[in-house]
Amino acid sequence: MLIFLARRLSAMFGVLFCVITLTFLLLRAAPGGPFTRERKMPAAIELQLLAKYHLDGSLWQQYSEYISDLLHGDLRLSTKYRDRSVRELLAQSLPVSALLGGSAFILATLGGVLLGCLAAVRHRTTADALSTLLSLALISVPTFVTGPLLVLLFALYLGWFPVGGWHSLSSLILPAVTLAGPACATIARITRTSLLETLQAPYLRTARAKGVSASRVLFVHALKTALLPVVSYLGPLAAQLLTGSIVVESIFNLPGTGSFFVNAILNRDVFLLGGVVIVYCALLVLMNLAVDFAYTLLDPRIQLEA
Amino acid sequence: MKHPTAPRPGLLRRLLQRPSARLSLFLLACVFLSAVFLPLTLKYQSQLTSSSAFLAPNTEHLFGTDLNGRDVLARTLQGARISLLVGCAGALVSLCIGTSVGLLAGYAGGRLDALLMRLVDVLYAVPRLILIILLEFLLDPWLQKSLASLQDGRWVGYSKIAILIVALGCIEWLTMARIIRGQVLSLKTLPFIDAAQALGQSHFKILTRHLLPNLAGVIVVYLTLTVPAVMLDESFLSFLGLGVQAPQASWGTLLSDGAQALNPVRSHWWLLVFPATAMSLTLIALNFLGDALRDALAE
Repeated sequence: MLIFLARRLSAMFGVLFCVITLTFLLLRAAPGGPFTRERKMPAAIELQLLAKYHLDGSLWQQYSEYISDLLHGDLRLSTKYRDRSVRELLAQSLPVSALLGGSAFILATLGGVLLGCLAAVRHRTTADALSTLLSLALISVPTFVTGPLLVLLFALYLGWFPVGGWHSLSSLILPAVTLAGPACATIARITRTSLLETLQAPYLRTARAKGVSASRVLFVHALKTALLPVVSYLGPLAAQLLTGSIVVESIFNLPGTGSFFVNAILNRDVFLLGGVVIVYCALLVLMNLAVDFAYTLLDPRIQLEA
Repeated sequence: MKHPTAPRPGLLRRLLQRPSARLSLFLLACVFLSAVFLPLTLKYQSQLTSSSAFLAPNTEHLFGTDLNGRDVLARTLQGARISLLVGCAGALVSLCIGTSVGLLAGYAGGRLDALLMRLVDVLYAVPRLILIILLEFLLDPWLQKSLASLQDGRWVGYSKIAILIVALGCIEWLTMARIIRGQVLSLKTLPFIDAAQALGQSHFKILTRHLLPNLAGVIVVYLTLTVPAVMLDESFLSFLGLGVQAPQASWGTLLSDGAQALNPVRSHWWLLVFPATAMSLTLIALNFLGDALRDALAE
């Protein structure tokens, strides 16, 4: 158990290291620098700025200094939002994204599993066909279509929710629903396929023959096994949702982390990009670790293997 | 264990037995044909501006007009052309990369396999958006230059589209590579590969003549599913303003215009609803077709 944890955590640092290296080198190799403006600034000033942000010297020098700073827990200053540290920017925006992503995650999981169960239990009926159609439609239609359409209907036409902004709980509902849509549909599809397979298993027939109620067979006996593939999808999904989505945050005007992923690249803000990538990757690996533990809980036959 | 096989004959017939596949194919044919031919018959061109801005749909402009008085129907059809082009071409690029990497990794095994698969793992861990945008920046100067030297720079206006095709193709191959590798690993254990090797056939022949035909089914299914994925990515980038540049327009650009035109005072709903419907129907049809194809192959 401890060996398993130790091996997985060391693998996590390996992945983090590779990903940071890749993003740092790619962003520094891209044309243009963090201080390139339409009006050219005097060379002396640009050199000073580059020196202040440790972006002078050879690429190798910049890279090794950055890595050593990271190892000391310093995420450095953002080059775009002058004099504000990456840590500060993340501390401000991550809670917003995490709250939004967390509610979307819960919505998607509950809705998806219920929809998938409905489709599997009513296999080859209208309910099954409708839920299959609904989930395929939700997967196909991107959030930047559903978001504005929801705004048009529920905020502008019916006036039930605010159009955007970050004020109260009611301003969380539309973005969370938008964000949850595609994830909910994917979960429904996985649940349906997996549950259909599980429902054939002999142990369920035994349970039914022994007189266990239909709902208990479904929700306790069958779902526990059928949820395994769903759980392995939930890991990466959680990492993705919790770190924010640029589309949903820009449509609803929310001060979250999602926009940093794109704006940091456009501004060549190397250290801000590094910061969000570190958060995303660490979450991804940790969530996958959580998935492995959830496996052993759902199916005791599965052992943790390093 | 079930090994992948070459598709049985009569695949098309089995596919067409499914109502969902028939409907999807019909829809896709409609979208494709109207994108190609309808603009030729329209009174208004997609880039023709006029003084009548924000007209609601009427008999003259079936889908209304936008901020610059351009006909939204013509713009939606123009968007269809570009979105379909990027989707299909990008999927083909990803198909080439994904199949080659998957074949190579699965067939060679050992260190090369481990190396390629770790590369895929790392690329999976980097947020996709970051990779696509960085690739765009890296490719941009190079493609601009090579297009400028081609036929007196006639194609320079299309450089952004070319970049999108290459960049999206270079990102969307990861899943394809993993799946193909898995299939090759299972095929490799079968006697006919041993037989081919014992007969002294070259590795290249074994890859192209023995492995590839057996993978055709899987490849076709994932190709059909990659097209909507690439289209989605393209419209996503265009929505963010990083994709197709004005005056050209893809569905993503139109949707971004439409989303911006929503405001509490007056909402110009037609700017959003028509492109959204066109794009959603196309994507749903493509995904349905991919699903039906997978089922038809499994039969």
